[in-house]
Amino acid sequence: MSSATFLGMPPFPEAAEHAVRDARTRHNLHKATHTIRGKRDAVVGELGDDWARLRAEGEAVKTHTLRHLDHYLERLEESVQRAGGTVHWAADAAEANAIVTRLVRRTGETEVVKVKSMATQEIELNNALEAAGITAYETDLAELIVQLGEDLPSHILVPAIHLGRSQIREIFLDKMAEWGVPAPADLTDDPRALAEAARVHLRELFLRSKVAVSGANFAVADSGTLVVLESEGNGRMCLTLPETLISVVGIEKIVPTWSDLEVFLQLLPRSSTGERMNPYTSTWTGVTPGDGPQDFHLVLLDNGRTDVLADTVGRQALRCIRCSACLNICPVYERTGGHAYGSVYPGPIGAILTPQLHGMSSEVDRALPYASSLCGACYDVCPVAIDIPEVLVHLREQVASAPGHMGEKAMMAGAEAVFGSSTALDAAQRAAGLVGGAIPKHLPGTAGKWTDTRDLPEIPRGSFRQWWNEREEDR
Amino acid sequence: MRIALFITCVNDTLFPDTGRSVVRLLERLGHEVVFPTEQTCCGQMHYNTGYRRPAARLAVRFARTFDGADAVVVPSASCAAMIREHYPKLGRSGSRLSRRMADLGPRVYDLTEFLVDVLGVTDVGAYYPHKVVYHPTCHGLRSLGLGDRPYRLLRAVRGLELLELPGATECCGFGGTFSVKNGDVSAAMGFDKARHAMETGAEVLCAVDNSCLMHIGGTLSRQRSGLRIAHIAEILASTEKEYATT
Ligand code: SF4
Repeated sequence: MSSATFLGMPPFPEAAEHAVRDARTRHNLHKATHTIRGKRDAVVGELGDDWARLRAEGEAVKTHTLRHLDHYLERLEESVQRAGGTVHWAADAAEANAIVTRLVRRTGETEVVKVKSMATQEIELNNALEAAGITAYETDLAELIVQLGEDLPSHILVPAIHLGRSQIREIFLDKMAEWGVPAPADLTDDPRALAEAARVHLRELFLRSKVAVSGANFAVADSGTLVVLESEGNGRMCLTLPETLISVVGIEKIVPTWSDLEVFLQLLPRSSTGERMNPYTSTWTGVTPGDGPQDFHLVLLDNGRTDVLADTVGRQALRCIRCSACLNICPVYERTGGHAYGSVYPGPIGAILTPQLHGMSSEVDRALPYASSLCGACYDVCPVAIDIPEVLVHLREQVASAPGHMGEKAMMAGAEAVFGSSTALDAAQRAAGLVGGAIPKHLPGTAGKWTDTRDLPEIPRGSFRQWWNEREEDR
Repeated sequence: MRIALFITCVNDTLFPDTGRSVVRLLERLGHEVVFPTEQTCCGQMHYNTGYRRPAARLAVRFARTFDGADAVVVPSASCAAMIREHYPKLGRSGSRLSRRMADLGPRVYDLTEFLVDVLGVTDVGAYYPHKVVYHPTCHGLRSLGLGDRPYRLLRAVRGLELLELPGATECCGFGGTFSVKNGDVSAAMGFDKARHAMETGAEVLCAVDNSCLMHIGGTLSRQRSGLRIAHIAEILASTEKEYATT
């Protein structure tokens, strides 16, 4: 049993170069993303103009909450404590992991069941628990597949989207026995058979486990209620059966009141799974005597979020409700898959969120804002109207203004000199017209990335402005 | 009407036929075209790659060059989107640039917008006896919201058979410097676009943006596909008398 990590992955262009050649993954991704796009289009389309109103409302609630985040966080803390829960504050991943480890240790248990959660992926909680001798069992079907396969998640909603069912069958047959109830020897790759094998495997864990770790889709400041939306009901098992529940929640997950949920419970399922309503919505408020976990802890996670909040353009990324619609529509994601982004958050949202959370500290982070053709499809589908292209360009400005990449800077300065005067442009065009025929079919260096797969356009003998000026003279 | 043409640096340098077609088309429709020769480039490449200051300087240049124009026609949807969408944000609020663009911006049009919305024509009297597919480029589709304008113009062209392009709304993968910074993904996207176009049996793939066409066309040409590209202006300028050779 070992846990994988994104650490040490190559930057996007390099990772993508390999990913686009992986025919099996390309096929799986194409099929999955196109299926889910179709479902989303149908359930969003049926709302007509109401969708735009819901979207504007979702954006407004999130923007308001983020502007007054300090206020709502205090309110949430009070509400949770009043309802019998304990609130912990974690400035970064290390603090959050230490808090959760300490809380689990205190119970005397050495295993926990987990509800699918991006926040705990972000802090790599499973690795931290493992180092402390505690085994974390993922119970979301796709997370289970990734965990058994010692793989990494490649999608926010469907972490195993890159795998086909025959690959899942192999993983179950190979690995389930190591973690608990083995898969039946005659397991087929029929989706129902695979789900049944997972059900039997997980059921034993649910009944045995005394501690659960979750995230939350929303945290209601007024009532102290946490909310998880899911499809399988496995989350519900974790949230109700164990004695202790620890929820790790990013500070941006707050909504002010219960009635604000109305908007998001419509936006999220339609955008993520393409359903009008997801099958299971669980809510819990502190501790209810005699019902569900009797010991509840909320760990509020910053981990870079307040830094993001300080950036007036970039902060809109904190509105994200992790629906994955931007991944599913993204033509880049469709061709590379999630691993190429080298981050827990892949796709368009990952390209703007990860570098901001990390502060663009690595080559991987600095490459992410460029992992987009700026086609704008992500902005179109985003249920909280995050202008992802705008943030991408904003982050590119930060990368470009930092030291380094002298070649590009020289090229841009050269281009500006040419475009800085129409005489210079005319001279450059005349020169190009003269040497045009002599340009090689395969260019060296970065430009070779063009000619590797595409022919260059023919350089015309004369520019448009030359033609225009000659025509004017003839008049 | 006196129409100022912003040709764009890509068209000016690499696709002069597109510019000649725009002039021929607008003059045929009875309008006067002027070409302010001080113009150069809209700054889109600088802006999209993260070089905001040079982009802002080029924006100032544009605003100065076209100050007072009745209408500015741009045969490139992405450059028109750059000017209308991003120029206002490039200047500080209250700056000369933002004041000039607040005035000028609404009079900057992509060619198809200008024809349909301002001149109110869809039948421009063109003749183009070919099977054609139209690729709605991202900025035309999502930033400018061109909608069905290009299709209406193409459907009115005599002899032209407009075929449906599968996956039309998906990006072709050009993306400016993306095409070399992430050349592998760009190529994968471009190939899918080219394949979709080829599968329709069309002879010509057209669009409102030559930069996207340069990428798709380069892919088609490398595949030795036999399918050619044309800017929509070249199709609309073509008549029985002056039949486009492209
Ligand atoms: S950025 Fe928008 S579309 Fe993407 S996951 Fe977040 S909420 Fe969904």
